[in-house]
Amino acid sequence: MAEHTLKRFDEELERLSATISEMGGLTESQFAQSLVALREGDTEVAEQVIADDARVDALDLAVQEQTVKLLALRQPMAVDLRMILSSIKIAAALERIADYAKNTAKRSIVLSQGTAPASAVAGIDRLGRLVRAALKDVLDAFAHDDVDKARDVWQRDEEIDQVYTGLFRELLTYMMEDPRTITACTHLMFMAKNIERAGDHVTNIAELVSFRIAGHGFDEVRPKGSASLYAAGSPR
Amino acid sequence: MNAQTSNVQQQNGAAQVAVPVATHAKVDTKGLPEKITIRNLEFFYGDSRALKGISLSLYANKTTAFIGPSGCGKSTLLRILNRMYDLYPGQRATGDVLFDGDNLLRAGQDINLLRARIGMVFQKPTPFPMSIYENIAFGIRLYERLPRAEVDSRVESALRRAALWDEVKDKLNANGQSLSGGQQQRLCIARTVAVKPEVILFDEPCSALDPISTAKIEELIDELKQDYTIVIVTHNMQQAARVSDFTAFMYLGELIEFGATETLFTTPRDSRTQAYITGRFG
Repeated sequence: MAEHTLKRFDEELERLSATISEMGGLTESQFAQSLVALREGDTEVAEQVIADDARVDALDLAVQEQTVKLLALRQPMAVDLRMILSSIKIAAALERIADYAKNTAKRSIVLSQGTAPASAVAGIDRLGRLVRAALKDVLDAFAHDDVDKARDVWQRDEEIDQVYTGLFRELLTYMMEDPRTITACTHLMFMAKNIERAGDHVTNIAELVSFRIAGHGFDEVRPKGSASLYAAGSPR
Repeated sequence: MNAQTSNVQQQNGAAQVAVPVATHAKVDTKGLPEKITIRNLEFFYGDSRALKGISLSLYANKTTAFIGPSGCGKSTLLRILNRMYDLYPGQRATGDVLFDGDNLLRAGQDINLLRARIGMVFQKPTPFPMSIYENIAFGIRLYERLPRAEVDSRVESALRRAALWDEVKDKLNANGQSLSGGQQQRLCIARTVAVKPEVILFDEPCSALDPISTAKIEELIDELKQDYTIVIVTHNMQQAARVSDFTAFMYLGELIEFGATETLFTTPRDSRTQAYITGRFG
């Protein structure tokens, strides 16, 4: 796209975009590290994730300050306005995802002392990898104005939901078989739910990328899981 | 986001060949009465073509804003709507401009009556060098013979309509040119309103005014549209966004895009509209 007559405006928009990218990179790393903490039972990594959450929050604040300033001083229109509005919302989504990572890290510390069923931990890890890959792709879509890639991420949420549902049932089975695992499995269940929620935020970011570029989200109806999701013993 | 050809092109068919047709954003104008319908309008200053195949509708009791860089033809278009160009030799318009169904370009059109029905407010306030009262009464007397008391009440209601009454009611005999710029502009609006037009054309009405006077005029435009059809030409895009229901973007004598103001300023369809309203032009 052509440059603004006002160079400063371009610089400020680029700075906002760079802040979002930095926040995205940090969030992705936080998310990945929280999975390491769980998988390896590494409390040091977990503590680091918990401490670094403040950096994500600070970047969220920076995005807010930059967007308020842009709105007040530049009266942005059309694609610029959409860029700024979507940035606020993407930052909020990233902040939430980082919060979930922090929560996973906290729970992994508890689990590192106990007896969580290994295959359930592996299941959470698998779910986490799916969401992490989606997060990485949506950040790429953001960086390269790639609506098609964003749509692909948006459609992949179905798979994440299915894995989550399977995991939920698996955890129920463990708890029924051996009540001593209930504490650990409850933590794992919250983790699974949080990771699934993070996936929903990734989906929102995908829609925001489309909104920024094209002015609207995705028109088509997203494939949703079957009605059996709502049957007894289902997660929601 | 390239220029799209709209169905307007098909409707107009063979009449326009080389003329790109404006992108019309999805806008629900169903049921809106058209006060002025412009069809395939072309305008010439001597040999130079200043407007190229303009087609659009101005809807009754709505405000339509024209935006575009200098020289795009927006003021020319406004000057056609009340046949101002008739004042100059060598200027001519072709096509149709239907005002309540009557082609106002046709020969034999009563220009004086037309200008009473389509009033105009200019960029620079242009009060007559006479009293505030006379500035308004003058126009009324041109068209109607009314008893003094009735003229008084028409003057008062016009000044009230223009949100100026409270400021001038105690000095109606003061010279109109002694008022401040913003008051003078409102006096001109009162003068326009006094002859009970149906359409009011505003040509950059606030470009010489401070922000408070500008806000008063904009508030006024919002109120006036209940009774009149408003057309405004402005360089100030934020103003167009604030006051209008529909916006038309013009460039190099062409209508590039026409649509609901909220759509045009958030998701314009044409890349040139986008470039202009986001400040990426030239």
